[in-house]
Amino acid sequence: MSDLTNLTLKAAVDGLKAKTFSSQELTQAFLTNIEAANPTLNAYVEITADKALDMAKASDTRIAAGEGGALEGAPLGIKDLFCTEGVQTTAGSNMLRGFVPPYESTVTANLWRDGAVMLGKLNMDEFAMGSSNETSAFGPVVNPWKSKGSNAELTPGGSSGGSASAVAADLCLAATASDTGGSIRQPAAFTGTVGIKPTYGRASRFGMVAFASSLDQAGPITRTVEDAALMLRSMCSFDVKDSTSLDVPTPDWTQSVGQSVKGLRIGVPAEYVVDGMPEEVSKIWAQGIEWLKDAGCEIVHVSLPHTKYALPTYYIVAPAEASSNLARYDGMRFGHRADKATSLTDLYETSRAEGFGAEVKRRLVIGAYVLSAGFYDAYYVRALKVRRRIAEDFDKVWGQVDAILTPSTPSSAFALGDKQIDPVTMYLNDVFTVTANLAGLPGISVPAGLDANGLPLGLQVIGKALDEATVFQVGAALEKAAGGVGRAERWW
Amino acid sequence: MAIDAATVRKVAHLARIKTPDDRLEPLAGELNTIMAWIDQLNEVDVEGVEPMTSNVAQALRLRDDVVTDGDRVEAVLSNAPQSADGFYVVPKVVE
Repeated sequence: MSDLTNLTLKAAVDGLKAKTFSSQELTQAFLTNIEAANPTLNAYVEITADKALDMAKASDTRIAAGEGGALEGAPLGIKDLFCTEGVQTTAGSNMLRGFVPPYESTVTANLWRDGAVMLGKLNMDEFAMGSSNETSAFGPVVNPWKSKGSNAELTPGGSSGGSASAVAADLCLAATASDTGGSIRQPAAFTGTVGIKPTYGRASRFGMVAFASSLDQAGPITRTVEDAALMLRSMCSFDVKDSTSLDVPTPDWTQSVGQSVKGLRIGVPAEYVVDGMPEEVSKIWAQGIEWLKDAGCEIVHVSLPHTKYALPTYYIVAPAEASSNLARYDGMRFGHRADKATSLTDLYETSRAEGFGAEVKRRLVIGAYVLSAGFYDAYYVRALKVRRRIAEDFDKVWGQVDAILTPSTPSSAFALGDKQIDPVTMYLNDVFTVTANLAGLPGISVPAGLDANGLPLGLQVIGKALDEATVFQVGAALEKAAGGVGRAERWW
Repeated sequence: MAIDAATVRKVAHLARIKTPDDRLEPLAGELNTIMAWIDQLNEVDVEGVEPMTSNVAQALRLRDDVVTDGDRVEAVLSNAPQSADGFYVVPKVVE
């Protein structure tokens, strides 16, 4: 029955409802895949097999009774950043190893309400800080895709690398992910999957381990645009437990998938041409423009003049917020506590030095630096002002266009270990995705084609705040025109 | 402005991260690379621009000042490195 595992989420939900197969069969098929693949791909940090089979059994009972929610019986993977009641949640950090939340995040609670089944917790960069999954305390995740003629292990991207790898390698139907600067869209692009970051405030951040609160937003990684629409709808809700949650209705975005894009105005921003971008990325972008033209869109050349300042702005704002959010990890109430300490301050300092990895420490030091007396105005306040400039760029463009088309990433997946030497080189991976986070806008990455090495490349559609409908509509048109990029060949 | 080892020591202390002496210079190097890259923000004219602290187009929602949760001592302490009698236990910090 292993073929069940390459179904789309939509097909699986339909098949379950029609009783073509049971959730227990489907869940067992995924558990078998995980058992075989995980020692190589390292996508899961915890496999909750017993819980999954229990949940599947309950789903089968509901389906037999003619009941069940929108995702009834569908086995999903959960990024280890979402607190799951009674199941270890570590955010990829030794600091939280052994932490078992006594509560459930709102996003996962919504998924269980709709009948989804949890297969386990997915690997990620530590506290979501990274673009290659190499900062995880559980080791890097391996991308199921390989370059033609090379055996080198590639990164699935980060920080939702475990989510992307698991979806691409048939280790779950779909996965939750989170995006602070591109952590859903970049790994989706690297693995030939679909990833959407909705408008900031659409999905509750309650129970998500916080990195940078004004940027973090949950979203799904899936195999198709329709699957993304289906799953995002379940994930989103108004939540009184998150003061930034938006009190707006959640539309049925699956209705937007397949709708004609004729007459839509699509912006192509001049500033997204960056130095050193591979020819093939420009080519796929040009191809995307052609596809949308053929589908009846009007292409409008637009300018987002502050684009080049988005990443440096991000690397002030995000570490500053992280230094505040991660102050709670002091060895006192939860997480790692150092054994031997000579004083209270020494206990804090040693616990944090032992618990956090190098990249997290680097960003916490940057955060403390830019917030410290003497630099607060020069760095932090200035970055917040530039952030407004970046958001205003988009506001001006929305008068002229309905959505914006860009590449998702400046390259295809790179080899593990390739970019670890220089942090700035690693940070540049998020050059196309980070503006949407700073402005709070929805953005989707859709697989668009393969490069000369046979590796997936993605196209990104950015939309107006709360206009995921157009983002799905355009994303689905691109997906249809691209005709799929195929699946990674099984070598694991 | 270049960041030196002494600055790193001070900031690492502010961040409450113990940093061995032999890490100070390398960390200073990394931070200088990152901050030099960030310095391009000085090119942007931000005269008269209000800092953007939130990208949600709504006022911060307030709730009624009432108890909504509580009496969950066991749950609260369930992840404490050490606890006793319904309290967190921390090492002795006052001589």
